[in-house]
Amino acid sequence: MPTRQKILLLDDEQDLLDLYRDLLLELPSRPEVHTSNSGARAIALLESEPFSMLISDLRMPKMDGLQVLAIVRRKFPQIRIVVMTAVVDEQYRSRAYAMGVDLFWEKPRTNEEMNLFRDCIESLLGRQDDGGFRGIQSKSLVDLIQLECLSHSSSVLKMTKPGESGSIWVANGEVIDAATINLVGEAAFKEILSWKNGTFEILPAEPKRVRTIFTSYQGLLLDFAQAFDEKKGNEASVQSAACDTTFLTRSPLAALSRVDGVEFVMTVPAKEDAACDSWGLENAGPLAAWTRQTQKRLRELGEKLQTGDLKQIEGLGLQRHVGIASRGDTQLCVGFRRTMTADQLHETLKNISTKWAS
Amino acid sequence: MGILNFFSTPVPKLTVKLPSGSFTVDGRGRVLASTLPHSFPEPLMMEISSAVLAIFKDAKESGLPLLEIIARYGGLKIVGRELRGGAIIFLKPKGLQAYNS
Repeated sequence: MPTRQKILLLDDEQDLLDLYRDLLLELPSRPEVHTSNSGARAIALLESEPFSMLISDLRMPKMDGLQVLAIVRRKFPQIRIVVMTAVVDEQYRSRAYAMGVDLFWEKPRTNEEMNLFRDCIESLLGRQDDGGFRGIQSKSLVDLIQLECLSHSSSVLKMTKPGESGSIWVANGEVIDAATINLVGEAAFKEILSWKNGTFEILPAEPKRVRTIFTSYQGLLLDFAQAFDEKKGNEASVQSAACDTTFLTRSPLAALSRVDGVEFVMTVPAKEDAACDSWGLENAGPLAAWTRQTQKRLRELGEKLQTGDLKQIEGLGLQRHVGIASRGDTQLCVGFRRTMTADQLHETLKNISTKWAS
Repeated sequence: MGILNFFSTPVPKLTVKLPSGSFTVDGRGRVLASTLPHSFPEPLMMEISSAVLAIFKDAKESGLPLLEIIARYGGLKIVGRELRGGAIIFLKPKGLQAYNS
């Protein structure tokens, strides 16, 4: 079964987020759409699970869109980035393109513009399936190496993807060396060829580079093609499982945040000087202080009224909802999407609290 | 009958009876209207309202304005709803401690 592509929408206006979310959910490819109303939360989401595309506004309070784009481009080079903004400014447009965004859109106003926007997003999502390297989207790495070798070029092909980088040295149309962080020679060459996407640069040749690969480029590519065919059968399932594990192990709170409707998660120790651990929050300090104070107030009230243990606190707000549960001296504070009903909030907080306790 | 009393399980004596009902307070925590029984002491109402109003105020100052707060205890649920600076507060007891006036 093909996996659904994931889109992350970033805008500080909740109404627009809801509108574009509904619009994108109707795309023919039926993508999964997640939303974020702050840059910090968007980055936390990108760190916790793999996304195919980020659609971001430019003007936002605190961390603005360009700052977010700079971080995302560096940390997640494989993600397609679409800028959607009401700022009609050529300077913004050129800065965004210089940062490597795939598409720059003025926020659609008419039905026609909406339809065009949907078509463009669908088309970009389609291209995602094919893989490729930024800047030469329709070419695979094998195509690039063949081009360099057939034209008898001398150059260094440098590939970068999150947590990895590698280079292939080509001299007079022959692959002479390759290196990644951990490998060199043919092993590094095969490793680099197995990467499906990332950023790509052609650097000037290094004539003094010592040759470590003596197999012809045709032989290297043939070996790779055979190995690739053998692996292809089970690659999808292995890759998906590895991906999920990697993302889940990054933060223990990230696992809790995967519950639908959760916007942020924070653990607050009772001691005021103890550090809080948070996920998806830009400025956790004031909220941590409120969590401590609220818990203390309601516990004291419960003791006076003799009402039994304080189990849970739920707050419903205009911008977002919040829930507090506790375990020992530590509180768990969770932010929820404002569209959740009080009953959904109650049940979801109970489930998250159980997961957290276990 | 004395012998029956000897075999029966003693029922724990409740020190506080938790009422069911609601009351409205202004921004200073003064009670404006109430459907709670007269036996429920007003100072306790003031305690509840001051906690709820303080939670709303602090939430707003922390950048998380709230319209409603729900505290769930083992024997009681308190719901506070923001009302133009004041609040309407509902008390909903659970289990044995509940009684209706």
